[in-house]
Parts: sequence; C-alpha cells; structure tokens
Amino acid sequence: MRGGAGGIQLFSMRFLLLFSRQGKLRLQKWFTALSDRDKKKIIRDVMQMVLVRPPKSCNFLQWRDLKIVYRRYASLYFCCGLEQGDNELITLELLHRYVELLDQYFGNVCELDIIFNFEKAYFILDEFIIGGEVQETSKASVAKSMEEADSLQETMEEYLNKPTY
Amino acid sequence: MTDFLNIALLFIQYTVMTPSVRLQEMIRVIRSARTQGEERGIIQRECADIRSQFRQGDNGERSHSLAKLLYVHMLGYPAHFGQMECVRLIASPRYSEKRIGYLGAMMLLDEKQDASLLITNSIKNDLSHSSQYVQSLALCTLACMGSAEMCRDLAPEIERLLRASHSYIKKKATLCAVHIIRKVPELAELFTPSARTLLSEKNHGVLHGAVVLITELCERNPDTLVQFRKAVPELVQIMKGLVTSSYSPEHNVAGISDPFLQVRILRLLRILGHNNDTASDAMNDLLAQVATNTDSSKTAGSAVLYETVLTIMDINSESGLRVLAVNILGRFLLNNDRNIRYISMTSLQKIVQTDHNAVQRHRGTIVDCLKDQDTSVKRRALELSLALVSAVNIRSMMKELLIFLSVCPPELRSQTASGIFNAAERYSPSKRWHIDTILHVLTTAGGDVRDETVPNLIQLITTASELHCYTVHKLYRALIKDIAQQSLVQVACWCIGEYGDLLLKGECEEIEPVQVTEDDILDALETVLQSHMSSPATRGFALTATMKLSTRITDNVDRIRSIVSIYGSCIDLELQQRAVEYNALFKKYDHMRAAVLERMPVMDKNSPGHTNGDTSGEIKEPDTSKPKPVEAGLLSEPASQVCDLLDLLGGTDTPLQPSPAPTSTPTTTSSADLLDLLGGLEIKPVPTVSVYEKNGLSLKIQCDKQTETEVTVTLIASNSTQNDITNFTLQAAVPKSVQLQMKAPSGNVIPAHGLGQVTQTVLLNNPNKVSLKMRIRVAYSNQGAMHQDTVQIDSFPSAACQPSFSPL
Repeated sequence: MRGGAGGIQLFSMRFLLLFSRQGKLRLQKWFTALSDRDKKKIIRDVMQMVLVRPPKSCNFLQWRDLKIVYRRYASLYFCCGLEQGDNELITLELLHRYVELLDQYFGNVCELDIIFNFEKAYFILDEFIIGGEVQETSKASVAKSMEEADSLQETMEEYLNKPTY
Repeated sequence: MTDFLNIALLFIQYTVMTPSVRLQEMIRVIRSARTQGEERGIIQRECADIRSQFRQGDNGERSHSLAKLLYVHMLGYPAHFGQMECVRLIASPRYSEKRIGYLGAMMLLDEKQDASLLITNSIKNDLSHSSQYVQSLALCTLACMGSAEMCRDLAPEIERLLRASHSYIKKKATLCAVHIIRKVPELAELFTPSARTLLSEKNHGVLHGAVVLITELCERNPDTLVQFRKAVPELVQIMKGLVTSSYSPEHNVAGISDPFLQVRILRLLRILGHNNDTASDAMNDLLAQVATNTDSSKTAGSAVLYETVLTIMDINSESGLRVLAVNILGRFLLNNDRNIRYISMTSLQKIVQTDHNAVQRHRGTIVDCLKDQDTSVKRRALELSLALVSAVNIRSMMKELLIFLSVCPPELRSQTASGIFNAAERYSPSKRWHIDTILHVLTTAGGDVRDETVPNLIQLITTASELHCYTVHKLYRALIKDIAQQSLVQVACWCIGEYGDLLLKGECEEIEPVQVTEDDILDALETVLQSHMSSPATRGFALTATMKLSTRITDNVDRIRSIVSIYGSCIDLELQQRAVEYNALFKKYDHMRAAVLERMPVMDKNSPGHTNGDTSGEIKEPDTSKPKPVEAGLLSEPASQVCDLLDLLGGTDTPLQPSPAPTSTPTTTSSADLLDLLGGLEIKPVPTVSVYEKNGLSLKIQCDKQTETEVTVTLIASNSTQNDITNFTLQAAVPKSVQLQMKAPSGNVIPAHGLGQVTQTVLLNNPNKVSLKMRIRVAYSNQGAMHQDTVQIDSFPSAACQPSFSPL
C-alpha cells in the first residue's frame, strides 16, 4: 500500500474521461504523458469495459494495473483511472463534486451543455483539479473563480484597451 | 459612470459572444452528419477553414478557430497543425486568447512535442502577471504538461509563488510543485522548507495541496520523511479540528467536513506512522476517534472511514485499534452498498495473511458474497474465500466453492478451478475426498482446468491404491454419462485401461454395485474413440486403454484385436502409429504382451524436494505422504508413460528392443530395478552397527556400497521400553557435495519390548568422494512426551563401510 522513491506516482489519477452511452468521447484529461496511440487504445478499452456493465453494478473495476472508478450521470459516464494505492470511495466523491460544479455553472447541466461548451467544462475542471490532485475543496470558491475568470474574458479587451497582437 | 459601464458590458457581451456561436454552429453541423463519411467531409472543410484563419492572423477569429480545432481533435481527428497556433495565442496579451491557447497546449502539446518548449518563456512571463487568473493558467498548464526541462527552468518561480502569494495562487503553485518533483525528483529539496510552513495555512485548498506535497516529498526521500514526522502532532490537530468542528457549509459533504482533506491527511499519517512507534502512538487517539465518530451512512463518511482503516492497519497501532479496524471492515461487508462491500473485501484481502483469525470470523459473510450479482464483487469474494480455506473449514468451504463453480461467470471459472485444486491439495481430509473433489471439478468445468490436472490426478489415483476400485467405478459412470469434458474422459480412459479388472468385479465397498460387462467397457471406449467431440489426445488415451484391457479381460480379446487393427489405417498419425504398434504386440510379440501391459507401479510425484540431488547440508524430510515403502523410481508423468510405452516398442516393424531409458522398461529389467532399490535388504550379510542408544531407543545402521560413489545406508530403529514409541521421524543431513535421497520409512510406530523395528533407507551419492559424514536427528513421542536428539556419524570408511560415530 506504500510506495517507494523512484519517480512512481502512487497516489494519483492517471486520467479522467467523460463519454456518452453510445461511446462518444466528451472530455479527456490525461495526467501522465502518453502517445496519441496509447491514449486512443486506453479510451477504447476502458469504454468497452464500462459500457457493458449492468445498471446496478459495483462502480469499481480492475483493469491492467489500474483501478477504474466510474459513475453514470444521465447519459454520460464519468470515469477515472487510479493507481493501486488510491481510495476509490473518495474518487466517487470527486466525480460527484465535478458534476455538482458543472451543474452549478450551467444550471441543470445535461450532456448537450458539455458538448457545446466543452471548453468551459475543461476550464471548470482546471479550477477543481490540477495534475491529478484536488486543488480546491470548496464548491463556492470554484464557482467564484470561474465567474471572475469569465468576466475577465469578456471585458479585458475593451476595458483595458490592449493593442491587438 | 457605473451605468455607462453596465451598458458597455452588456454591449460587449453581445458582440464578443457572437463569434463563439460559430463554434457552436460548427458543432451542430458536425452532429447533424448522418454518416461517418459525411462527418469526415465536414471536418475536412472546417479544418481547411481553420488553417486559413491561422495563416491570416485575424485576431478576433484565431481563438475561435483554435476552439473549433480542439473540438475536432476530441472527435479523434488529427490536429497537430494547431500546435504553433497555441504557442502564438499563449503569447497574446488578451485573456480570452491566452485561455484558449493554454487549453490547446494542454490538449495538443505534451512533453514529447518539440513545440512545448516554445511556451516556456510565455509561461515564465505569465507566472509574474498582474492578473492572478493569467498566473493560474500558466501554473495549471505547467502542472499538466510540463516536461522535465521546463520544470527545471521554472522551478525557482514556482517556489517563489509558494511563499509569497495569495492563497488562490498558492494552492495551484503547491500542486505545480508536486508535478515538478514527479518529473525531476532532485528538485524536491527546493520545496521542502516551504512545504512545512504551508501546514499552518487556514485555506483548505492550500492545506490540501500542502499535504499532497509533503506526502510526495516523504515518499521520495526517507530523510525528509524522518523530518516530517515532527509534523505529526500538527496534522493530528488539523484532523481533530475537521472532525469535531461544527457544520461549515463551505466544505461540508453529507455531514463530513472536507472529506477530501481528511482522506489526504490520513494518508500522510499512514506514511509517517509506518514502522515507527512514536509517530504511531501520537496518532492512536485520533484514529480511534475518527473510527468511532465518523458517520458512514453516505459515501463521504465511508471514504474517510476506509482511509482510517487502511492507516490503522499499516502503522504500529495497538491491538485494540486493529480489532476496531477489522470490525469496521466486517461491518462494511454487511453494507447494502455494493461498492462498500467490494472495498471491504479488497482490504480484507490485504490483511488476510497477517490477521488471519480476525478475517476468519467474517468468513460466512464473505462466502455469501459469492452469490452477489456483480462480477467485481464475486471476484473479490472468490479470492478472499480461497485465502480463508484452512484444514478446519475445508469441507464446508469446498461445498460452497463447488456450488460457486457451477454457477460462476465464465471468466472466473479457471481461477476457481485452480483455487479449488490448490486448496484440495493442501488440506484434503482424505484421499477419497480429494479424488471426489477433483472429479467434481472436472465434471463441472473440465474445459477450464490447466493441462497438468490430468497427470496430477492420475498420479493421485495411483497412490490411493485402496481406492482404485471405487475410483474406476466412479469414473466409468461419469464416462458413460457424458464424454464432452476432455480432461475427465482422459482420466477415465486411463483408469479403465489400468483397473478394468476391478471394474468387472462389480462390487466395491464404497459405491453401489453395478454389473459391468466387458462389452459395456469396450462400448464406452469405442464411443470415445469414434466421437468427434474427442480430441486427438483423448482418443490416444482411449486406444491405449483398450489395448491394456486385452490383458485384463478374458472373453473379448478378439474385439480388442479388431479395434486395434481398424485404427491401423486411421488418418490421425498418432493413433495410427499406436494402433500399428499394438497390432505388432498382438502378432509378433504376444508373449511379451502381458508383461508390457501389466499394472503400473505407483508414480513418484515430480516436484522439487522429493527428488534427490537437493543441495544437502540441510535437513531432509523423508517423504511420508507415499504409503508404499518401495518406489520404482519412476519420475515422469503418466502421459509420458504412455508415450514411453511406445518408445519401448520402437518403430513399426523393428523387433522389440529394450529401451535405454530406465523409466520405461517394464520388461525383465524392471525386476532388477526393484531389487536394486531394496538395497540394504540384500541377501548377503551386511554388518550392522549401533550408532545411538538412549532412553530405550536404539538406532543401527547398515552400510552397503553400490558403486564407486553410491552408498546405501539403512537405518534401523528399535524400542526396548515398556511403551510404544510413536510419531517417530528421522531426518538426515550430509556434507554439501553429497546427494541424499531418503526413502519412505517402513512406519512411524516402534512397538515396545523390541517386538518390531522401523527401517528407513537412505541413498547417498558422493561424486566428489569427500569423506562421508551424516548427522541424524530423531524425533518421537513416548508416553505423551516429545523427544528429540541428534547423532553425528563422522566417517564411513570405504573399505569395510564401518562407521565411526559420536553421539551429540
């Protein structure tokens, strides 16, 4: 359960994926450096495994040397790949927190919101998780940061009158 | 003034928002494509458009073009031509462009791309930007895709941000530091001083990051770990604060105050307390408090409780605390939530070796989980159940496991079957039970067992000589019911061939008598031979079995002859060869047939520790599991025995030649082997020397030179006391270069009053011709008391083989 020195990430997420029931990818966040080919293979394999699971199943799977934690919210699967030492239950909470953040931002979020505003979904994720670790445990804080950053995006040009590049 | 601003903002919102609609428009168009080909066409057009946008450099549009490209990338299409655009946009002064540029960098650039280095300078500048949101973008991107080189360049900046900035930046800088350390472990020293001070932060985000950073530092450097052990009291305080604090809406999840932070602190405590008594003591009370007070009705609470249990089990906790932890896991086992049951079993699996008894208490619940609907839960329950099998519960556990085998999902069958075999091998209460169990598995899941099951089972059957009749009857009945399971059919054929005469006898003590005629048996074997379900190997077994029966039955030998001759023209080469050779046995070598096909002797199991040549100098245990005192020294497995029979018969037409291989000469040479093994019991008188005499037990040895390097030593023990000596065992050790093989003793009870003896033969091979010494340890019970003693025999002079000895 413990790790040793030597460049091994022992307690962290390897990836976070969002995909629909039809197997369409909606968001992918990778926390380790992988080639495109490897990423595609992982996505295919994990999707295949998760999509066949019956409804009331256990949310945890063992896949190669990773633990897979997933949960279905309406038509979207939220899926994480974890190292062996990780706590699956807190990861379920983490996925739930992300859904709550999306819901707070979009108001009754649905899959279409994430499709048409995918960059926002990424921005929200980047306010919640960095490098595979939780950076902010307060929902209100994340929401506030997003609001302020968004307003910056809209007003900066005109308001600060910066020269165009 | 503010009114004007508001109006201006509304106006901007309206105009700036509009280009983004084009992204959404593109998405809509792509989604409306009805076929893959149509989608590809749309994508191609869009990409061409995007490329021209990039070339033109129209600022308002470029960021939106990149956004479109990122969407296309997510669909799986190539987007590498956008990499330089990311670099350009990141360098832009506009926040909206930076934002999308950095996102692009995180999605399209990774450390493997050369272009990633180009953004290092921009990141460096942005890290000191006046707006914290720009700083945030840079930090986030560095922590996501920063290569080792970039990390080395920017580490000092990050360290500065750790110390000086606002908590919004601090929390991000901390996690960025974690990434840097993962990429460049040598930089850990840079961050160690700041990490300690971060623990006094109040902001939960920063605190969480600090705990993650310290965890990373401690994991990589044992010295740093020692240093941070001093922080245990502080961590305990923080935890206590979280656990006992009143409701704080900001961090509350289902009644638990900041479960994310709690879990990370517990994890850090685990690392700090591992193998260290002081640290473990300091956290003992806290862990007990968390374990008892955390409400586990929702996942958040269970997550904290789970982490607490893991920590308790991994540090030097008091036994009371350990019991508490195992009980929590036991409670989890009964939880309605499948996830909780799953992780409970995962944890129990980790501690089943160290806290075996505690886990045994929950065996019933674990076995019940075998019946769960979910495959993940079933798998965990299987692994745990197999780990809990012991000599005490073997019968009841095996019942459950066999039921499970018949209903379990196909992906678990092979694992279950091998688990059952291992358990049976270690703990079977009787040979009959063992054979029955294996037969049951073969009937239920014969297709999923490993290849060596067949020879292992055959070997087991041969050793259970008292059960031959029972076994062959059982196998025969299984065979006539169903011939689809190849492993079962193979074993059945072998047994019928070998023990067909017992089958014909009809009566058998442990099984209902059924009259079986010779024709019945031959019918069964012929069915196997002719069925297309039978694999070539199985048909080989069946043919050989049929042949063997020619010496065990009386009336239908002609039928066998005809079967054999039919297969002489079989298309399968192996069968044809066998049939032709058996034909030859009938025709030219009929006088040898009986000897060739006689009953097989007991087979020696080919496993390490039972063969000679083991590196001596260690005490060797005699092989007490084989009841027969004389072994034929056959070390190969039965399947090859059958082949060896063929080797013996050589080519199709050549006359019979005795095979050089000692394992396959059941002809006249076998009787010579038998005599050789009896070694010291040869007719010519051999001097017996007494080497040990104490408490009524006396030990004599006889020594006989076989060849220049081989010696047979026979140990004879007798008992002159009033009571029987029981549990008598001998162990022997010899110098390193000497090879030792101990044969099974004649028994382990030495009758009183010298009325009987126990003998045991030891074969020594002394290739280097060193001076032979032997140390013998005797162990026995007499009148309820255990005795143990050692005798050293110092020399065996080669001439007369007279030992000189010294009792120790």
